[in-house]
Amino acid sequence: MADIEIKDIIKKENLVYSKSKILTDNEMHYCPGCSHGTSHKLVAEVIEEMGIQEKTIGISPVGCSVLAYNYLDIDWQQAAHGRAPALATAAKRLMPDHFVFTYQGDGDLASIGTAEILHACNRGENITVIFVNNAIYGMTGGQMAPTTLIGMPTATSPYGREAALHGFPLKITELIAQLPGVAYVTRQSVHTPAAARKAKKAIRKGFENQEKKIGTSFIEIVSTCSSGWKLSPVASNQWMEEHMFKFYPLGDLKDAERDNEADYKKYIE
Amino acid sequence: MAKVRGAIVVDIEKCKGCGVCVTACPTNVIQLAKQVNGKGYNYAYMENPEACTGCANCALVCPDTVIEVYRVKV
Ligand SMILES: Cc1ncc(C[n+]2csc(CCOP(=O)(O)OP(=O)(O)O)c2C)c(N)n1
Ligand code: SF4
Ligand code: SF4
Repeated sequence: MADIEIKDIIKKENLVYSKSKILTDNEMHYCPGCSHGTSHKLVAEVIEEMGIQEKTIGISPVGCSVLAYNYLDIDWQQAAHGRAPALATAAKRLMPDHFVFTYQGDGDLASIGTAEILHACNRGENITVIFVNNAIYGMTGGQMAPTTLIGMPTATSPYGREAALHGFPLKITELIAQLPGVAYVTRQSVHTPAAARKAKKAIRKGFENQEKKIGTSFIEIVSTCSSGWKLSPVASNQWMEEHMFKFYPLGDLKDAERDNEADYKKYIE
Repeated sequence: MAKVRGAIVVDIEKCKGCGVCVTACPTNVIQLAKQVNGKGYNYAYMENPEACTGCANCALVCPDTVIEVYRVKV
């Protein structure tokens, strides 16, 4: 082992990774290990690498990420619960040269906001959707969400979700992939370095699609909520791998451009 | 053969001790300290600094991005 002291490694010229300039110095209010923090970071890195800070508008939801505007130094609007896709529609139509994205939890997007997201996607709005699916309502104390897995205990399904009583978990991403206005649908996660790198590529593709004007890009990030799930952050990641990925398998659901589907072509000016 | 050495700097007061970096590190460099920071969290630190390759895996998965990574060829 070559002889080099730590203090000789920790020098400015040897820096290979640090916080994106798009992230503010505000400490995130998220619980330890929360996927929201990692997801914010990846969005920030994409914005920085694309050089689009001055041209990016985020729409934050209601949910734990309601305060996302405190953490990324870009323009933001904060939507009423579930209405982020409607605000994004307006922002993008008024400022088509800007990059507009919504950032939404599963309670926001797949419950109270189901109509907004389906219709925005069905209209093929030229926006990017970041959908953080932790299968629970984090902010309000861990109630059952439409996305909660069968058998999963929550504050409002203490004995586990039952299909007969609560209905089935909603694969909204699969529904959205059916819509002709949607160009790109993928399901990612951010719990390991490899997964985070893939998710970042997907987010970048989602943003780049706005330049191509080919319809909506929808990126689900299968996530953890260690407080709602009542597990440690590391145990939450394991639980997610064992249970969430079975029902919400990772990978691309649709890439209309790659597959040369006719739908997307009618969006190109 | 060129070898790389790395090192991380953890912003101790901002670390929430989630431990995600501990599992992400391929060479078992990181542990959570027995001591706590001002917020009461057992913060991450380099327990085996010689093993760090500066791959940045830990920093990438850190939800609060409190890790800086340095790398040098030796
Ligand atoms: C109109 C309205 N109804 C209900 C609420 C209460 N509420 C706040 S956040 C939330 C759910 C958030 O869950 P999710 O979107 O999954 O986000 P997470 O907190 O898990 O990130 C609900 C129901 C509200 N703020 N406004
Ligand atoms: S309650 Fe859940 S979603 Fe909200 S910050 Fe905590 S871990 Fe994250
Ligand atoms: S940079 Fe890589 S080797 Fe070094 S502590 Fe982080 S994960 Fe481990």
